[in-house]
Amino acid sequence: MREIVFHLLVVVCVLGGTLSMAGALIWLERRLLALWQDRYGPNRVGPFGLFQPVADAIKIFTKEDWIPPFADRAVFVAAPAVIVVTVLMSFAVVPFAPGVWVADLNVGLLFLFGMSSLGAYSLILAGWASNNKYSLIGGLRAAAQTISYEVFMGLSLMGVVMLAGSFSLRAIVEAQQGVWFCVTQFPALVVFLIAGLAETHRLPFDMPEAESELVAGFHSEYSGMKFGMFFVGEYLAITLLSALATVLFFGGWLGPVLPPLVWFVLKTGALICGIILLRASLPRLRFDQLMSLGWKILLPVALLNIVVTGAIALLGK
Amino acid sequence: MLSALKTIWLVLRHMFHRRVTVQYPETSNYLAPRYRGRIVLTRDPDGEERCVACYLCAAVCPVDCISLQATEDEHGRRYPEFFRINFSRCIFCGFCEEACPTYSIQLTPDNEMSEYKRKNLVYEKDDLLISGPGKYHDYNFYRVAGLAIQGKDKGEAENEEPPVDVRSLLP
Ligand code: SF4
Ligand code: SF4
Repeated sequence: MREIVFHLLVVVCVLGGTLSMAGALIWLERRLLALWQDRYGPNRVGPFGLFQPVADAIKIFTKEDWIPPFADRAVFVAAPAVIVVTVLMSFAVVPFAPGVWVADLNVGLLFLFGMSSLGAYSLILAGWASNNKYSLIGGLRAAAQTISYEVFMGLSLMGVVMLAGSFSLRAIVEAQQGVWFCVTQFPALVVFLIAGLAETHRLPFDMPEAESELVAGFHSEYSGMKFGMFFVGEYLAITLLSALATVLFFGGWLGPVLPPLVWFVLKTGALICGIILLRASLPRLRFDQLMSLGWKILLPVALLNIVVTGAIALLGK
Repeated sequence: MLSALKTIWLVLRHMFHRRVTVQYPETSNYLAPRYRGRIVLTRDPDGEERCVACYLCAAVCPVDCISLQATEDEHGRRYPEFFRINFSRCIFCGFCEEACPTYSIQLTPDNEMSEYKRKNLVYEKDDLLISGPGKYHDYNFYRVAGLAIQGKDKGEAENEEPPVDVRSLLP
């Protein structure tokens, strides 16, 4: 009985925690971007502008929620939900601290890949259902980008899986007791982060949105809370990416002195700040550059990493 | 690749730079005396209204936001019966100030004039007229230009200088 209650509590906490994290990130991102651009950012609503997300939420909830008459209604409405659902599902297998996880699947990593592939549907369907040229181009870009970067993301993690000997995220964290995988699997870390950024279509890889050329890409036609869902989905995806990088490469909850959960949150937070820094500093790539970066550089690096790691693992036996 | 890393490092260092934002309601930028903000109607050094209701400002205004009606007092001196500026239209171009022959209409460095109701942006003469001479302390139009009134020609009244001979180059 107590276990069930504990598990339910974890589920609620993860759900609430990640969703409020998405809200907090809106504030954090704007403040950090401002910090790096010699500005202050939102600092008026509440102490340090902390209630800015609340104001934003009120605004976005009271906005007119318009569905264009030419859109494919059912798909148009469903698309924003898909991305939020898939990302939230992914959080189910993330181990936050010893014993604190929603599910410890033995194919956790594969589950994650499956979920992030499903997440791509959100963008493609949104682009398609909007029935608008720019949205469609955005959706197509999202499809091409997500599908190709899925490949490198999966391949880059095979080295980690080989070293840990398991697809379970818990086992992967526990395998990093000695040395974190960010040392032994450095190329994999780089490939994973780049692929992850492309997967979450964050700057510098936000070609599906590309305001300068596609209006707003796949979500051009969205307004009100449907747009908000994409927004929340994107911030959730950033959190997920950082949490995954923490788990896979930076030893998850492992760390001295501080309690495990605190370590996890600290590492994830640092990675999130890093991702925001990338947004503040790098310009958007061209789409062909993105593709050639993926297939001509990241793919060979990931493959080489697998071969070398495999050889070392075999020799070590 | 290296340049990308350099960029990231550069942007990170900006964390410690001075902020350029001016926290507006608490502090604000210096506005020069000739800043083009809220419009006032000034008085000459004797405390009389400077405006002679010549309509030049209303004519030059590109958005037609000045409206006034001329009238005369008992000495035959012209002044505006009403003078109305619609600040919801005004673009603060300053043309009215340049057109005004008497330095009456002047723009001031005040720009905090937001209102919740658009109607409140229509300023009447009461709201526009100030008690001082504005930017030009000693200028008195009648003393320089003069005006023929009943019994006295230009420059013959008390405290008046004879008008300048505009056809001569000599001072
Ligand atoms: S500043 Fe320009 S727009 Fe405003 S009243 Fe004067 S002439 Fe008209
Ligand atoms: S131009 Fe000057 S004197 Fe003439 S009506 Fe306007 S404010 Fe009065």
